[in-house]
Amino acid sequence: MTLLSIRDVSRRFGGIQAVDNVSFDVPHGAITAVIGPNGAGKTTLFHLISGFLRPDRGSVVFGGAEILGLMPHQIAAKGMARTFQQTRLFPKMTVLENILVGRHLHSRGGFVACMLHLPFTRREERAVREAGREILEFLGLSGQADAEAVRLSYGQQRMVELGRALACEPRVLLLDEPAAGLNMRETAEMGRLISRIRERNVTILLVEHDMSLVMDISDEIVVLSYGQKIAEDVPSAIQRDPEVIRIYLGEGDA
Amino acid sequence: MRKQAIQIAGFAAVVAGIQLLTSLTGNVYHLTQLTMSAYYSLVVLGLCILTGYAGQISIGHAGFFAIGGYLSALLTTHDWSAHGGPVVSGLAAAGILARRPDLYGGELLSVHPWPACILAVLAAVAVAYAIGGPVLKLKGHYLAMATLGFGIIVYRIVLGTALVGAADGIYDVPAFPLLPGVAVSGNSSLRVINFYVAWGFVILGMVFLMNLVRSRVGRALASIHGAEDAAEAMGIPTARFKLKIFVVSAAFAAVAGVLLTHYNGGIGPSESSVMKSVRYLAIVAVGGMANLWGALFMSLILNYLSLRGYFGSFDDAVFGVILILIMLFAHEGLLRRQLLDQIRGAVIRRGGGDDP
Repeated sequence: MTLLSIRDVSRRFGGIQAVDNVSFDVPHGAITAVIGPNGAGKTTLFHLISGFLRPDRGSVVFGGAEILGLMPHQIAAKGMARTFQQTRLFPKMTVLENILVGRHLHSRGGFVACMLHLPFTRREERAVREAGREILEFLGLSGQADAEAVRLSYGQQRMVELGRALACEPRVLLLDEPAAGLNMRETAEMGRLISRIRERNVTILLVEHDMSLVMDISDEIVVLSYGQKIAEDVPSAIQRDPEVIRIYLGEGDA
Repeated sequence: MRKQAIQIAGFAAVVAGIQLLTSLTGNVYHLTQLTMSAYYSLVVLGLCILTGYAGQISIGHAGFFAIGGYLSALLTTHDWSAHGGPVVSGLAAAGILARRPDLYGGELLSVHPWPACILAVLAAVAVAYAIGGPVLKLKGHYLAMATLGFGIIVYRIVLGTALVGAADGIYDVPAFPLLPGVAVSGNSSLRVINFYVAWGFVILGMVFLMNLVRSRVGRALASIHGAEDAAEAMGIPTARFKLKIFVVSAAFAAVAGVLLTHYNGGIGPSESSVMKSVRYLAIVAVGGMANLWGALFMSLILNYLSLRGYFGSFDDAVFGVILILIMLFAHEGLLRRQLLDQIRGAVIRRGGGDDP
């Protein structure tokens, strides 16, 4: 069953066709990876899907509805959460507070209710904090709940960002290079974490450089090169694909 | 929650202590400047939540203060008794227009302070809505310049409009009867009660804003300040939240404008000047940006000193210099939480604490 369907999506920046007629489906409950060399258009594609950029043409259908042209927060409200290539944690906020922002869509208190601290916002705040602590436990970061998020180690910051997205209870989670800047041990840990997230019935679409991670955890891999999709298959087939080997290892060098 | 109640109770005790001190030492006249400081503090608190917490700078808040103050002053002083007709008599019958004696023993038919106040604040809110939409799309220096422009426009309009007294402003503004027996008025027999009324408003505003900061909305605002794109990705409609906090902030300024105008019995164009906006921003900055208590104490102290004339003819310059120094050397504000934590940490270490 297809949860997210990308159809003929294109985006040009000046003279560069960053994403060129890309189509693929993200099946429900699976981990789909988008790989490709630097500048292949992976991150641009992510921005197009999550509403941070507008495509020149194409269509993105999520859960049966067109989401192209919606604002990022509207797309988030439909059940899509994302992380960023460069961690975008909220500075001056604790680890727990960062996670709690992820509960925004699952609480309702508005300006007036919050200023008056009404009984329903009190109940809501308790529920939000409980959900936040549950996420921290899932990440194994309960001990750091009250630490300033940006003071954690880089690997832990990436986990917090992932936890924040998870707190949205998304149907699909977009991870933009979750292993970027992580060492081998941290990368393996991240891989295990992503697999455990899938077990929570979250569909995952990720962009990644780290081949070992992608090959380990993905069900389906989409390969981009110069903005175009050049392959789409299961990991074992992608590993043997001569075209993929050529663009990754370079012509003649292999 | 308990911590917040203790802080508020402590502050109320400080307010009461100041009143007792001035009464016991026979310096009751100081309460006048302290009351005015309270109303200016309302503006500062509103700006603190907008600039310090949500990260949206405004150098135009004196404009909102002036819209509130001037409109209330105009409505409560403009005499309708010469105008007959069913509308005027209908409004009079409904209690919206009220008769009161004027300075010269005659009688004056003008808008009652309550409806005037509500209209004035609504007008400021409407202006904030109207300009907030386009202006808040800007960031950083551009937002600062746009709000500065708004402040200058309000100032020039006020200065150039004969209806609101041009350079003289509006005077003979009546007392504002808040409750039976309690009026916002500069009458010296009401000095003590007005001191408490003013700081009561500040405490009420403080409670509202402290609640907001600790809530879902407060976290959303801080996340917009920290990383707007990430906030948007969490489903926060950043543009709408920025607009709403801008309007809330403008409403604080407008309420302050209305109340201070009734307290002073008038308002002049200097209240809408750019240097007033700079002053509010400088106080928020020196108070630590995202620090409501810091802003409040700095506002109390600096406004009091300024109103008592301690800065002499350098009054505006003092606040300008404060702002420049903060931006140069501590652009996250002076009394910010981290600094206070560091000081506390150093004190604990020196005191033989074992926690590094």
